[in-house]
Amino acid sequence: MWDYLKLIVLALVTVLAAIAANYARDFAYQVHAILVMLVAGGLFLWSVRKTGDPKPPTPTGYMDGVIRAGAIATVFWGVVGFLVGTFIAFQLAFPVLNFDWAQGYANFGRLRPLHTSAVIFAFGGNALICTSFYVVQRTSAARLWGGNLAWFVFWGYNLFIVLAATGYLLGATQSKEYAEPEWYVDIWLTIVWVAYLVVYLGTIMNRKEKHIYVANWFYLGFIVTVAMLHIVNNLSLPVSIFGSRSVQLFAGVQDAMTQWWYGHNAVGFFLTAGFLGMMYYFVPKQAERPVYSYKLSIIHFWALIFLYIWAGPHHLHYTALPEWASTLGMVFSVILWMPSWGGMINGLMTLQGAWDKLRTDPIIRMMVVSIGFYGMSTFEGPMMSIKAVNSLSHYTDWTIGHVHSGALGWNGMITFGALYYLFPKLWNKTGLYSLKLVNWHFWLATIGIVLYAASMWVTGIMEGLMWREVDAQGFLVNAFADTLGPKFPMLVVRGLGGVLFLVGSLIMAYNLWMTVAKGEPKPAAAMAPAE
Amino acid sequence: MYSILREFADSWVLLLMFLFFVGVFVWVFRPGSKKVHSDTADIPFRHEDSPLADAPQNAQNKEA
Repeated sequence: MWDYLKLIVLALVTVLAAIAANYARDFAYQVHAILVMLVAGGLFLWSVRKTGDPKPPTPTGYMDGVIRAGAIATVFWGVVGFLVGTFIAFQLAFPVLNFDWAQGYANFGRLRPLHTSAVIFAFGGNALICTSFYVVQRTSAARLWGGNLAWFVFWGYNLFIVLAATGYLLGATQSKEYAEPEWYVDIWLTIVWVAYLVVYLGTIMNRKEKHIYVANWFYLGFIVTVAMLHIVNNLSLPVSIFGSRSVQLFAGVQDAMTQWWYGHNAVGFFLTAGFLGMMYYFVPKQAERPVYSYKLSIIHFWALIFLYIWAGPHHLHYTALPEWASTLGMVFSVILWMPSWGGMINGLMTLQGAWDKLRTDPIIRMMVVSIGFYGMSTFEGPMMSIKAVNSLSHYTDWTIGHVHSGALGWNGMITFGALYYLFPKLWNKTGLYSLKLVNWHFWLATIGIVLYAASMWVTGIMEGLMWREVDAQGFLVNAFADTLGPKFPMLVVRGLGGVLFLVGSLIMAYNLWMTVAKGEPKPAAAMAPAE
Repeated sequence: MYSILREFADSWVLLLMFLFFVGVFVWVFRPGSKKVHSDTADIPFRHEDSPLADAPQNAQNKEA
């Protein structure tokens, strides 16, 4: 019955997408409609061929196939995202790289959202989905709930990424930072996200452990909050159902506040809470000891989600936003420092009694450096949210440096650590292909981040000081263009930092590939007796 | 409508959220929580390879 229903739905989607492609009012929409038509049509044919096949027995054991796919996708999108990022870094240093023949497709303005979405949503999102599926199964002692629904989440999410990325290049954007995809892509993501929540909750409800391990709390906080943020920030009315344009329901300062409520909590719940879920599972596993203080981890969770949600207004200091709202955002950002550092201490102290592993295990070294960057950027962020500091730092490269020390240092490094942990486990190997290469990756990435952050501090503060400099008569001394010359060397250094980080990720991709292809398979252990 | 909701949010909801927040700290440090917490903290080290229901041969070790 379900098979036939699925066929009918797929056939309908294929036909409707073909009609939409025919009536399309703009090119991006047309490309997307054709893409959807091909995907739905392909799925239809595939399903038809399988209809009537005898049902395979219900599988048991952990569902790891979808996690393997997610881990591969994470590595792939990571390399793509870092590559685009490095390229646009050089576009800023050398404007000729905005090639004339690619104007309107591959200039900085089109490629920047491609970079940000590729690293945050494609690399980070796939990492979060696959690690959360891994962690929720192991800490609930239950198979993923919902059968193939998990595969729908994986493919649906990656289809969302392809639609978003091609849309940016072809000009379909609603111009909201980190929420650029247009209305139909947003609706699709909502469907996928609800399925994700259902799989996750279903697994937790099936759990064989009495308590829900803290990592799952963080992952759940991330899934639920992102759903809420995504829906509210994307309330818009399409101009036509056959076109990609839409009009936002909010306007003016309300729209700005909604956008930065979303934007900051994307950082807080996507890039922080979700990745903390990763930290609370993979750091204890790699260090082979339980988390330093479970009490502190619970307080970390509640304090983080109670405070983060109010911090958004610090993105709108000295704007049309009312003074009280901006002060509120600043105060909550500063208070947020406490739970953040509590979490950092909890992560680092998990290594208590195992610090010697830092010398021998480059994976744990990566995780420790990532927690260090978490601490550093959660100190820098509250500081920059203080109005007096913000008046200097806002709109300058300092902000970019801050974002990257968080994203490359904290999110990147903890994900690399988790991937190095996961690949041998998922493909049943005794260990990684080469620890030496992990070491190379570690140093290249760390030096790359340091170059990036340091150069952005210098150029950001310089920019801020030049913009506000006034002469004795009170006139501004520098035009915007005057800042560009002195920035040039720093922009080149930033690009080089990106190259190092990219090379490190390529080494990782090679190492993981060789682990799967050449790694020593784990001896099929005769069901080891439980301890 | 907005002013009614706003009034409510500024008073009772604010109080409730604050009490919940403080309640979490109290609950975490309640006497006897230590055993529960150390048991929960060990969860990642228990079911590495297979879910609990699928391993009947380990049934007698359920609480191991």
